[in-house]
Amino acid sequence: MPVISYREALNQAMVEEMDRDPDVFIMGEEVGHYQGAYKVTQGLLQRFSERRVVDTPIAEMGFAGIGVGAAMVGLRPIIEFMTFNFSLVAIDQIVSNAAKIYQMSGGQFWVPIVFRGPSGPAVQVGSQHSQALESFYAHVPGLKVVMPSTAYDAKGLLKTAIRDDNPVVFMEGETLYGTTWEVPEDEYLLPLGKGDIKREGSHVTLVAWSKMVWTCLDAAKVLAEEGIEAEVVDPRTLRPLDTPLIVESVKKTGRCVIVEVGWPHAGFGAEVAYQVQQHALDFLDAPIERVCSDDVPMPYAKNLEIEVQPQVEDVIAAVKRALYLA
Amino acid sequence: MRMPKDAGDALDDEPVPATIEELQPLYRQMLAIRRMEEASAKAYSQGKIGGFLHLIIGQEAVCVGATAALRPDDYVVATYRDHGHAYAKGMTARSMLAELYGKKTGLVKGLGGSMHFFSREHNFLGGHGIVGGHVPIAAGAAFASKYRGDGRVTLCFFGEGASTIGGFAEGLALAGLWKLPVVLICENNQYSMGTPMYRSLAVEDVSMRALAHGMARDRFDGDDVLKVKQRIAIAVERARETNEPTLVEVVTYRFRGHSMSDPGLYRTKEEVEEWKRRDPLGRARSLLVELGAAEADLHALEDDVKAEIADAVGFAESSPVADEYLPYVIKE
Repeated sequence: MPVISYREALNQAMVEEMDRDPDVFIMGEEVGHYQGAYKVTQGLLQRFSERRVVDTPIAEMGFAGIGVGAAMVGLRPIIEFMTFNFSLVAIDQIVSNAAKIYQMSGGQFWVPIVFRGPSGPAVQVGSQHSQALESFYAHVPGLKVVMPSTAYDAKGLLKTAIRDDNPVVFMEGETLYGTTWEVPEDEYLLPLGKGDIKREGSHVTLVAWSKMVWTCLDAAKVLAEEGIEAEVVDPRTLRPLDTPLIVESVKKTGRCVIVEVGWPHAGFGAEVAYQVQQHALDFLDAPIERVCSDDVPMPYAKNLEIEVQPQVEDVIAAVKRALYLA
Repeated sequence: MRMPKDAGDALDDEPVPATIEELQPLYRQMLAIRRMEEASAKAYSQGKIGGFLHLIIGQEAVCVGATAALRPDDYVVATYRDHGHAYAKGMTARSMLAELYGKKTGLVKGLGGSMHFFSREHNFLGGHGIVGGHVPIAAGAAFASKYRGDGRVTLCFFGEGASTIGGFAEGLALAGLWKLPVVLICENNQYSMGTPMYRSLAVEDVSMRALAHGMARDRFDGDDVLKVKQRIAIAVERARETNEPTLVEVVTYRFRGHSMSDPGLYRTKEEVEEWKRRDPLGRARSLLVELGAAEADLHALEDDVKAEIADAVGFAESSPVADEYLPYVIKE
């Protein structure tokens, strides 16, 4: 099976869906002539022309809203945010319009749109360009929120997201574009709302998405050397959330550590913790642990940036607390 | 008739040729909207309608005249003051009043209320409550028309108060840049809620904002429904034939407060009375009489409207309450 990058996987997903459906188009800053700020849209302009690969001026609220309007009348836009940090100036279009039009119109209009782009802390780009915003979007009924961790998941989930009739907030890991994974050549789709066990284990359940899946897999390797088998559960989509998958894993292991790169206060991990205690309280042998970034805007200095974010050793320490080994 | 591309500043009083055949149906629509708004206000004061209720009384000629310039497959995007636009686009008083009453039979099943009217059948894309946030949506519908080459035009309505917010600026910037077939209609009713224009805008002429985006513009008084129709038709034709957008400012006035909770203390009685003398309904009726319409015919029309609205109120009152909301969050 070919091994390709997360970036190539996303690119393939868009090419395949644009080949398949002439109503799909992509719009965003630098997606065409520049070939994508992160090169995710490389080659699309040459293949699909300016009609379907639309470079925009710097006007996120404008082009996000154009996407919503076009989707209402039947097109299937992919709106690329150069990074999700810039989605904040378009959030009215996502929250007030895209998420609500199906409800406000009594089911007469729906909004088949994908808002996608890199998200999560990057490397030394300062607080405005380095933050995890998934908890904002996961809060909103009417949206779906997808956070793939691997190239395989990224491709299968993006293809499904493009075909979905609802607005999908598709948050790619900014530091994951170069990561590789086995991706089949034959077409496949992955359902939204179905998680994936990234590593099986019996002693503790680690719940993580996007970049933190990789941190958890690294931590699990170290823990395995000490005889601790961690199960890594990747929900892949935060809304809808595959609660049964997480709950079943916790019922098996009796311990749960939730790892997210976002801030702790009102972070998505708190919702996961609530669901786990609600559905698996009698199976828990220890309090649920959360590992998050520090509750601060991201500093610039490299050492501080590392200190702020969850690292492998932080995950290991939390696992040991959950196992009463610390 | 072709207007020059840049027809801003021109608040001309040139009379528009009128016939009974053209004017009478527009008068009927305006009257129905006014009676519907009055019925809504009454029901609101009786506690039968809740939330925000923004009446369009005084501004009826704008939505009626503009919509009369459209084909049925053209799109309309409106604000939270959307009752008149919806009626002009073909929705029934029954469906609208039932919506205001929060009934199952309402236009959007009791889920949207006054500010969020939508109709797929009538290509009416809302009813939007965030000022200016719908301008990009209108540009998006126009983008889709250009993408498909379907020849449809989108009308987008907003107030002069929207002309200061980002959604308006970005929607205009992209519509101008990409030459999208949209007509952006500023219903300048002089007040952004309780703030008069001179305290919210540095210029008196909102249509000047088109100049920054290489966009055609027009500006005229909105008390003559036939003039509105004629001038909007020029912009619609421009959009349909050349994909070029137009920013049109129609100067008008709302006779009531911003919403039902607004007593309108920020303007004088004299000012309101002065504008009421330019009531578009009175003007249309006088013109019909001048053109030779029989009083008996006009009375019959007015009785017919009265009956239509009474029937709609009865329908709203007797309809079952809204009873489902879960199926309309995520489309399966």
